[in-house]
Amino acid sequence: MSFAIFSIPLLGTACGLGLGWAARRLRAETDPIVNRIDRLLPQTQCGQCNFTGCRPYAEAIAAGQAELNQCPPGGEAGIRALANLLGREPLPLNPENGLEKPAAVAVIDELACIGCTLCIEACPVDAILGATKQMHTVIAAECTGCELCLPPCPVDCIVMEVPQPAMDRRRRPGPALAAGGP
Amino acid sequence: MQDSAVELARNAGQRLFHFHGGLHLRHHKQACCQVALQAVAIPPRLYIPLMQHAGPEATPLVTIGAHVLKGEPVGRFDEPSIGYVHAPTSGTVTAIARQAITHPAGLEGLCVVLKPDGLDRWIQLQPIEHWQSVDPELIRQRICESGIVGLGGAVFPTSKKVEEARKSAIHTLILNGAECEPYISCDEMLMREQPDKVVLGALILQRAVAAEQVIIAIEDQMGEVFSALQTAVSKAECTHIRLVKLRTIYPEGGEKQLIQVLTGLEIPAGCRPPELGLLCHNVATAAAVAEAVTEGKPLVQRVVTVTGNGVKRPRNLLALIGTPISNLVDACGGYTQDAARLVLGGPMMGYALASDQNPVIKAANCILVLSSRDIQPDQAEMPCIRCGECARVCPALLLPQTLNWQIRNDLLDDASDSGLGECIECGCCDYVCPSHIPLVEWFRFGKSEHHLLALERARSDLARDRFLAREARLEQLKQDRERRLSEKKHALQDRPTVESGTTGQGPA
Amino acid sequence: MRQVLYALCPGIVAYTWFFGTGILLQILLAAGFALLFESLMLKVRQQPVALFLNDWSAIVTAVLFALCLPPLAPWWIACVGMFFSIVIAKHLYGGLGHNVFNPAMVGYVVVLISFPQAMTQWLYPVSIAPTDIGFLDGLWTILSGQLPAGMTWDAITQATPLDTIRTSVASGHTIAEARQLETFGDLGGRGWEWISNGFAAGGIWLIWRRVISWQVPTAMIGSVILLGLAGYLLDPGSNPSPLQHVFSGAIVLGAFFIATDPVSGCTSPRGRLIFGAGVGILTLIIRRWGAYPDGVAFAVLVMNMAAPLIDRYTRPRIYGH
Repeated sequence: MSFAIFSIPLLGTACGLGLGWAARRLRAETDPIVNRIDRLLPQTQCGQCNFTGCRPYAEAIAAGQAELNQCPPGGEAGIRALANLLGREPLPLNPENGLEKPAAVAVIDELACIGCTLCIEACPVDAILGATKQMHTVIAAECTGCELCLPPCPVDCIVMEVPQPAMDRRRRPGPALAAGGP
Repeated sequence: MQDSAVELARNAGQRLFHFHGGLHLRHHKQACCQVALQAVAIPPRLYIPLMQHAGPEATPLVTIGAHVLKGEPVGRFDEPSIGYVHAPTSGTVTAIARQAITHPAGLEGLCVVLKPDGLDRWIQLQPIEHWQSVDPELIRQRICESGIVGLGGAVFPTSKKVEEARKSAIHTLILNGAECEPYISCDEMLMREQPDKVVLGALILQRAVAAEQVIIAIEDQMGEVFSALQTAVSKAECTHIRLVKLRTIYPEGGEKQLIQVLTGLEIPAGCRPPELGLLCHNVATAAAVAEAVTEGKPLVQRVVTVTGNGVKRPRNLLALIGTPISNLVDACGGYTQDAARLVLGGPMMGYALASDQNPVIKAANCILVLSSRDIQPDQAEMPCIRCGECARVCPALLLPQTLNWQIRNDLLDDASDSGLGECIECGCCDYVCPSHIPLVEWFRFGKSEHHLLALERARSDLARDRFLAREARLEQLKQDRERRLSEKKHALQDRPTVESGTTGQGPA
Repeated sequence: MRQVLYALCPGIVAYTWFFGTGILLQILLAAGFALLFESLMLKVRQQPVALFLNDWSAIVTAVLFALCLPPLAPWWIACVGMFFSIVIAKHLYGGLGHNVFNPAMVGYVVVLISFPQAMTQWLYPVSIAPTDIGFLDGLWTILSGQLPAGMTWDAITQATPLDTIRTSVASGHTIAEARQLETFGDLGGRGWEWISNGFAAGGIWLIWRRVISWQVPTAMIGSVILLGLAGYLLDPGSNPSPLQHVFSGAIVLGAFFIATDPVSGCTSPRGRLIFGAGVGILTLIIRRWGAYPDGVAFAVLVMNMAAPLIDRYTRPRIYGH
C-alpha cells in the first residue's frame, strides 16, 4: 500500500519533469504566432477591424484581446483560416465591422480630379501615383480595396469597381459534400 | 541534371520498366479500328474558338464579312511562340461573337463563325523544300506559324515546347503512340493509315531539336500498327528510329509514365524531360508537323474518334476544326435510342458537354456518347474507409485519401506539401474507390483553390511590403524634419540677441 | 463489407461443428443489437439510415465481436458490447470511416474487463464434452443467464488451451506435460486448429479479392512465428512453439479480420507491415507476461493508438521527389 502511495507521485513527478524538458529541448522551430496570423490577414490596412492596421489586429488576436471575426476584407475564408491556425471555433463575420464585399479596386475619374494629393496621403500602400496639380491615378495591381481614399477626396471623383476576373482566376465550385460529411 | 541520369536516359527503350499503380482496363477500341478513316463533309457553318488551350484567347485577325482562304490565319496569340488559329476552309466570316465553347466549365469564348463557300481553296502553300538542310529555327518557326499544338490532349503549343527543348541537349525524341485511354483510337488509326507521315514528322522533329535517336512507342494491343510503322521506317531508310511495344496499361500514355517505362527514371520534381535529354511528342502532332513543313499546310483538321454505345456506327473521322459535334455524330449514323451523355475525351479524363453544337477544337481527340446503361446510377458517396486502394493504383505515388481529407478541410498548404501538384488527374483512384468518392473532382478543385490562394497571398504580401515601405518613408520624413528643426534651433541659439531699434526696422 | 462476412463463414461453420450452436445465437444477438444501435445513432446524427445500414459494416463488427465471446454468454453481454462498439467506439468518434479504435475490439475489451466470470465460461469441444448442450438448452442459457436444471458451469466449462498453458507453467509443469491433456489437438487447442484454418482460408480469399492487403496478416503471423520461435528455442518448457501460438486463440482471426480493419489501421504499405508486426509482438508479450491468456484485442487497440504516427513516418515517396 505504501509502495503505491510512494510510487505514483514519484512517477507523476518524473513524467512531468520529462515533459517539461521535452517542451524546451525538443520544441519545433516555428514562426511566432503573431507572424503566422499576420500572414493570413489580407493586408488592406483599412482599419475596419477597429485597429490601426493589420499588424496591430494580429497582435491583438495573439494576445486574446480580439475576436477572429472582425476582418471584412478577409471574409469567411479568412476567418476559417484563422480558426484552423489557432484551433478555435470559426465565428460568422461581425456585422459591426462591416460586410464582406467582392474585391474591388479604386478608380479615379480623371476628368474630375483636381490634383490635391489628399488621396495619395491617405493610401496606406502608396498605390496612387501623382503629384500636386498633376493627374492622380490608382495603380490597380497594388490597390487593396481599403476605400480609405474615398472620404478625403474633395470632388468625390473616386469610385470602387469590381474587376472581371481573368479566365484562370475564376473560382470554381467544389463538389457537393457527401451524405456522411467530410 | 545529374549526368548519370542523362546517361541512363540514353538507353531509353532498350528494356521496359514498370511504373507504380495503373489499371488494366478493357479498351473498347475494336469497333472503331475496323473501319477506314473518313473525312466529314464540310458543315454549313464552322465555329472556330479563339481559345484553343490554356492561357488567354487569341486576338482576331479578320473582320466580319472578310473572305478567307483555307489555312489563312484568323487569330493570333499575343505570346509569339504560341502561334495562330487558322480558317479550316475557304469562306466568309459571318460573325465574331461570344458563345459557349468546348470547355470543361462550359465557359463562353470568342468564336469566329465561318460560312464555307464550298470551294475549299487553300492559301498559297509554301512547303519547305529541303528541310533536311535548313536551319532548325526555320522548322520551329513553321511549326509556330502553322498553329500546331500537342494533339494528344494537353494541347501545349508545340513550337514553344521545341524552343524550350533546344536549350538542352536532346538525345532522344520519343513519339507517344501509347494511346492508353479506353475508347480512344484516333492515334491508332492515324498510325495505321498514314504511317509515312508519322515517320516523316518524327524525322523533321528530330532535326528541329537535334536529337540523336527517335523512339516510337505503341501499345502491344495495336496489332497492325506495328507492321505498318515498320514498313514506313524501312522505307524512310533511317537506322536511328526504334519501334517499341509497351504493355497495355492505363495511364501509360502519360508523359511521365511513358518516360518511366522506357528509361526507368522519374522526372525530378520541378524539372522537365528535356533536362534528361528526352522530348515527347504525340504521333498526331508529328504528322501535323510533317504536313506543315513538307506541304505547307497549317493545322486545320484532326482525327476524332466518335464512339460509345450511344452512336449507331462508331468510327474514326477526319474533321475540320470548328465542325459542330452533331455533324460528326451524324456521319456515324446518328444517336441510338438510349444515348444519354456526350463526353469530350475518354471515360477516364473526359468531360461532359452540355450541347452537341459545341465545335471540334484542337484538343478534341474523342467524342464518347454514353448510353443510359453505361452511366452508373449516381452511387451515393460514402465516407472514406481508408482502404488504401487509391494509393495502390496512383501512378504518381500519391496518397489520394490524404489529399481528399486535406482539401475538404481547407488545409490546402498541407495538400500541396502532400503532392497535390504532382497529380496527373488520370482518374485511377476515382475508378477503384469503394466509397464512390469523386476524388479527381476534389483534386481539380483543390488545385484551383490553391492557385487562387497563392495569388491572394502574393497580393497581400505585396501590400504589406508597400505599407511597410510607406511607414518607413514617413518615419524618415519625420526624422528629417525633426533633425532640421533641431539644427535650426541650435543655429538660432548661437545668434546674438539684438536690441529692438538698432537694425532700423523696429516697429514703425 | 459483405465479402468479409462470406470469408468468415468457413471459420464459423468449423466453430459450430466443434463447439455447438451457441456461437450462432451469439452472432444473431450481436447483429441484432448492432443494427438497433446503429439505426438509433444514425437517426440521432441525422444521417440517411438505409444508406449506411446497407454498408453492412455494423454486422461485420457484430460478428467479429461475437466470435470472441464464449458460446453461452448471457444476452446482455452482447448488448453491452455492441453498445460500446457501435455507439461509443464508432459513432461518437464520427461514424463510418472515422473511428480511431477497432469497434469490435473495444466492445470485447469492455465486456472482458467488466464481466470476467461470464467471459471465461468456455465450453469443451463437442467431441470431448461430458454433457451435450443442445440448441434449445443453449438458447435458454443465453436468454436467461442460467443453466438448465442439472448442469453446473464447472461441469461444462474448461479453461482454454492458452489458459491451460499459463496455469501449467505457473504451477511448474512444462508445456510438453500440459499438452498431454485432452484439450490439445495436434498444434493448438482441439477444434481451434480447424477453426483457425477456416478463418485462414477465408482470409486468403479476401486477399485474392483485394478486399484486404497482404501486409498485415503476413507481418502479424510472421512476427508471431519469429518471436515464438525465439522463445521456444530459449525455453521450450515454458514457451509454446510458434505454430502452437498461431493456432491458439485469436491470432488467425485477428490477422485476417481484426487487424486488417482499414479505418483504424495504417494506410501505407510499410505502415501496415509495422502495424501487423506490432500486433503480433504485443500479443505474444501479453500472452507471456500479461494478465490475460490471449492478448490480440489489447494488442490491436494499442497499435490503433500508434497507427497515425506510423502512417506519418511511413508516407511513400511521391513521384519525382
